[in-house]
Amino acid sequence: MTEHVVPKKIYIAVWATLLLMTLVTTLVAFVDLGRFNTVVALAIATFKASLVVLFFMGAKYAPRLTRVAIICGIFFLALLLAFSMVDYLSRLWPA
Amino acid sequence: MSHSTEAGAVTHPALQTPYRDLDQQRETATLGMFVFLLTELMMFGGLFCAYLVYRTLYFPSFLEASRHMDLTIGAVNTAVLICSSLTMALGVQAAQQGRGKTVVPYMVVTLLFGCAFLGLKAVEYYHHWHAHEVPGFGFEFTSSVPGVDVGKVQLFFVLYFIMTGLHALHMLIGIGLVTWITICASKGRYTRAYHNPVENVGLYWHFVDLVWIYLFPLLYLISRMHL
Amino acid sequence: MSAPSVAVEPREHYLNVDYGIRSWLLTTDHKRIGILYMISITVMFFIGGFFATLIRLNLMTPAGDLVSADTYNKLFTMHGIVMVFFFLIPSVPAVIGNFVLPMMVGARDMAFPKINLLSWYMYVIGAAITLYSIIVGGVDTGWTFYTPFSTTYSNTYVFSSIVGILFAGFSSIFTGLNFIATIHKLRAPGLTWRRMQLFLWSNYATAVIMILGTPVVAIALILVAVERVWHIGIFNPALGGDPVLFQHLFWFYSHPAVYVMVLPAMGVISELVTTFSRKRIFGYEFVAAASIAIAVFGFLVWGHHMFVAGISIYSALLFSIMSYLVAIPSAVKVFNWTATLYKGAISYRTPMLYAFGFIGLFTMGGLTGLFVAALGVDIHVTDTYFVVAHFHYIMVGGTVMAYLGAIHYWWPKMFGRMYPEGWAKLSAGIIFIGFNVTFFPQFLLGYLGMPRRYHAYASEFQVLNVMSTAGASILAVGYLLPLIYLIWSLRYGEIAPANPWGSTGLEWQTTSPPPTHNFEETPTVTEEAYSYDKHPEMEFVA
Repeated sequence: MTEHVVPKKIYIAVWATLLLMTLVTTLVAFVDLGRFNTVVALAIATFKASLVVLFFMGAKYAPRLTRVAIICGIFFLALLLAFSMVDYLSRLWPA
Repeated sequence: MSHSTEAGAVTHPALQTPYRDLDQQRETATLGMFVFLLTELMMFGGLFCAYLVYRTLYFPSFLEASRHMDLTIGAVNTAVLICSSLTMALGVQAAQQGRGKTVVPYMVVTLLFGCAFLGLKAVEYYHHWHAHEVPGFGFEFTSSVPGVDVGKVQLFFVLYFIMTGLHALHMLIGIGLVTWITICASKGRYTRAYHNPVENVGLYWHFVDLVWIYLFPLLYLISRMHL
Repeated sequence: MSAPSVAVEPREHYLNVDYGIRSWLLTTDHKRIGILYMISITVMFFIGGFFATLIRLNLMTPAGDLVSADTYNKLFTMHGIVMVFFFLIPSVPAVIGNFVLPMMVGARDMAFPKINLLSWYMYVIGAAITLYSIIVGGVDTGWTFYTPFSTTYSNTYVFSSIVGILFAGFSSIFTGLNFIATIHKLRAPGLTWRRMQLFLWSNYATAVIMILGTPVVAIALILVAVERVWHIGIFNPALGGDPVLFQHLFWFYSHPAVYVMVLPAMGVISELVTTFSRKRIFGYEFVAAASIAIAVFGFLVWGHHMFVAGISIYSALLFSIMSYLVAIPSAVKVFNWTATLYKGAISYRTPMLYAFGFIGLFTMGGLTGLFVAALGVDIHVTDTYFVVAHFHYIMVGGTVMAYLGAIHYWWPKMFGRMYPEGWAKLSAGIIFIGFNVTFFPQFLLGYLGMPRRYHAYASEFQVLNVMSTAGASILAVGYLLPLIYLIWSLRYGEIAPANPWGSTGLEWQTTSPPPTHNFEETPTVTEEAYSYDKHPEMEFVA
């Protein structure tokens, strides 16, 4: 068997961190940070997502192919979002 | 089930064509699940794209609409899903370590968390319906906040229901898959040598949790500043 | 590499190992699934062709009085839906790819044989639902389903058509999933990526597009269906919705989809050009890299379908530049195939004729793509017959020719029979002539200003339209002939040796037809692909 078994305490630590960050992100929403509210919320969500992907889904210990596949997915999704937004953000620019 | 090794070797009953050994089968099946999850990422991604576009264009309306989300249920549901991911991960670990029967209680608890999520979601949907916040079913919304337009608020709610609805559908499918794993585990099907289905259902479950990790702040937490 | 063998039909192979309808409908053998797909897509091809026939008949007269305008809208819509989703996208991958890919990697079957069967059932269900939509009244939104016509104003069977397409999309995703897993994990010992046949590289790139792109069009169409049923949606301008957002989501897939249609065809051409010039491919790494580059760049250009839709000029500029970039790897492939032919021992068998046809016609189609990629030119030719001609040169002059070339090339492998070479050459010639007479006039028509998707037109366009219709009737004959002689050959064709073309391809190193498990022993690969220079003993035996 070549698979890597993650120690239980890491799972518990990840779980606790996820719950803590959920609390943090909820509380931060009550604070006025202007434009940064969105940035902070997405940063926290991305951090939480990374924990889930790396540890719960085992990407940290997975073969390189798995990590490449994940990066590809994120890259092409980012492309969809970015190129669509280029259109909407520049529609009112002077021609 | 046919076996693919040369004649004379003893093969595991779970070994399928065209694999030469369980390791190759497991690696391939796990790769297959990750690739499948990429398709799910892109499908939800299309909805996130629509959300991103309209939130950027219509921020005041989206902000106002977001304030009408039930933050308590949303936050509790987020915690519920995170707990379910823990129990799922622990169940997978039990399978990996050859404690096949221990998988069962972990899966059952995961199922309970999953059902709790859906139950709370149903309550939430009902509240929205009662408050005339379901587009297409007597949608009404008034607001005196400047810059807020009813049509654009309705766009938010359409996206809210479609995104959380699609997510809930995936939860339901996940519950079905976990039930199947529970039944197989109770029959002693999973051993140290063969437990890949548990891992792959785990991957699916964690992915559905992932989607919610983004849905929660985007839909519920645009801003909760006291005005 | 085995020496050419005597033409004896093997005793037991995948076709005769089991008989009866259940053994076919419940098969998990990738070869049988490829045959099932072949039958299904042939049926859909002729249905799509039937609509094309009605379109061209209607366009014989400027008044377009064969059918009403509403009916005409349904004809081009259904022609597009059937041809794009039910013929072009599955053609080479699901028929040829399913049959040949596991053998090319030296495996016993695909990674997920049951999912392979499921993908065919998804296709069949999707086709049945689409045919139902056609029979009960049809759909008239164009295969592009633009909103708000599709969501609000069309009075046709939009919802059921979308459901049919969603099933076809799932079929596509499962095929792509199998290709990726099989190529990564089931390669035979010694088969490194650099030794793989180029057909594998092309289909791998195709599979990546299928995985990443199809779900986005799925969600776009689901949103249209939701808006249609519940009358609420996100594309409705009355609410602040943007119809162009649908187009972004739609074309994010549908542009890469055209590379799904052409990449496997290019993979076929790489196989044909090397086998029929007995030469290594020129610049193997470049052709392999070009396949990946086409897949990646193909995702960066979708806005070129939306130049006049109301997107920002800056966004249009970005997409235009990207569209020029994506042409480069395609051009690399054409150069490399041509260089492979140079000083090769060329044989003019039917598959090679189709390869020549592809190279010439795809080049023309591709070059005209550059015209429409230029913003200034596109303003004038968009939504005219120029665009119609452009994509038909690639789809029909390119993909269909490559598909036919592939069918002829691998026919002996699939059925252990040779097709009749004389009839096959004649058909290829008729198709080539018929194709050009049909579609070349359409470049002129478009340039002169005839709009597409119009049932009637200005009378000065009639001569070219009649010429195009005449070409279409020649083309129809060309397509019917192979249907007849290929079926004939199943019973009366000359029995084929294991490797009639003397090809170095791994799929040819087993019997024709192969046994269910493909190879008696898992092969070990020790050489690069197309090592004809090392194997002068390999020669045609057909």
